[in-house]
Amino acid sequence: MSQKELKVSALENGTVLDHIPAENVYKALEILDLKDIESQITIGINLVSKQHGKKGIIKIADKFFEDDELNKLSLIAPDATVNVIRDFKVVEKKKLEIPKEIRGIGRCMNPKCVTNHQPIETRFSTAKKGDKISLLCHFCEKTTDSKGLF
Amino acid sequence: MKKSLISIRDFTKEEILHILETAKEFEQNPVQDFLTGKVIASLFFEPSTRTRLSFETAVNRLGARVIGFSDASNTSQSKGETLKDTIKMVNNYVDMIIMRHPLEGSSRYASEVADVPVVNAGDGANQHPSQTLLDLYSILQTQGTLDGLTINMVGDLKYGRTTHSLLQAMSHFKTKFVFTAPDELKMPKEYKEFLDSKGIEYIETASLEEHLNNCDILYMTRVQQERFTDPIEYERVKDCYSLDAEMLANVKDNMKILHPLPRVNEISQDVDETPYAYYFKQAENGLYVRMAIISYLLGHRPLR
Repeated sequence: MSQKELKVSALENGTVLDHIPAENVYKALEILDLKDIESQITIGINLVSKQHGKKGIIKIADKFFEDDELNKLSLIAPDATVNVIRDFKVVEKKKLEIPKEIRGIGRCMNPKCVTNHQPIETRFSTAKKGDKISLLCHFCEKTTDSKGLF
Repeated sequence: MKKSLISIRDFTKEEILHILETAKEFEQNPVQDFLTGKVIASLFFEPSTRTRLSFETAVNRLGARVIGFSDASNTSQSKGETLKDTIKMVNNYVDMIIMRHPLEGSSRYASEVADVPVVNAGDGANQHPSQTLLDLYSILQTQGTLDGLTINMVGDLKYGRTTHSLLQAMSHFKTKFVFTAPDELKMPKEYKEFLDSKGIEYIETASLEEHLNNCDILYMTRVQQERFTDPIEYERVKDCYSLDAEMLANVKDNMKILHPLPRVNEISQDVDETPYAYYFKQAENGLYVRMAIISYLLGHRPLR
């Protein structure tokens, strides 16, 4: 991340999520459950990126995440980078890892899957095929790709 | 720890062979009432005659008693009770739950809600593992081995769950597959990829005649109207294959025809009298295999 971008609204303490595909910024907010928190959030959408053309960025003040929470984002933003900011400095920079199993986010794309008819938390195991992530439903054993999940 | 049977993938090769071995014991001696005093629930949220009667006979032959229902319309489910609550309630009364449900994944979910073992007797188009085990038993009984056979699957390979589960189970053995299906009903890509990953050979064809004479097992299936969302597609393919006695003139001597039943037009009545027809005996085998499954899951025929 360049210093220039950070100045847009420099964080004293918090987390910056960069290189999110522009169209998935709202989904990212949803997955991280950021809709109702009190902290100051700055969102950038359709920013110019050398790697991706257009990207999104989310800056959350005074909020630090567990790796497990962040790794859920790998489904919609596999190339995202996480910058942990303390005292205006990037103290940690990390890439996301695809979790082996994800629970409670997304829907199974099989309309006859029991999770779409009964109050049941969804559960998928992940497998990476090339640059696509496929998800195997724990219940109905059908495979869906991460695009069909939301 | 309790063990359930939800998907054929829940059983290792060793367990599969153990169930087949145990089934053989029950075929030789079908009245063994060592489950006297046990109560087993038979929950059929979707109607089924063959599977339900076979399971309930197996329970009775083992000396246990059956409670349950054969149609969800008379149950609290119709009042809006969740599946979880129904299973929790039944769980208090019984030693095992056998269930069929139209929703896919429902049995897996039930097995996680229940404290007692759950046997999946069919969850929508997903899995029906006791059918797979009785198919394996029938193959073993007629061929003397499960290794090195050529299995020709015919008909609805797209929606037919029996062919998918049989394919997964036979992947433990050195099997060659022929998939005979019209374009609309071809074996889905995910199963072919699964075979590729295991290094198992398969050939695809639309012609029933093409590989009829070089297979050991001809696994016929019905084109199931209830799985189609498009009635026009169903009409186009429903009678795509029809096997009659004349077509069997040059098949291998050891060849046997299996069919999960019910059949409609895909096997003509004159085939029944040939030495190749095995589908009625196959249905009978279901009883012994289900006795073996129930005994094993209740700890009476443990793996040694």
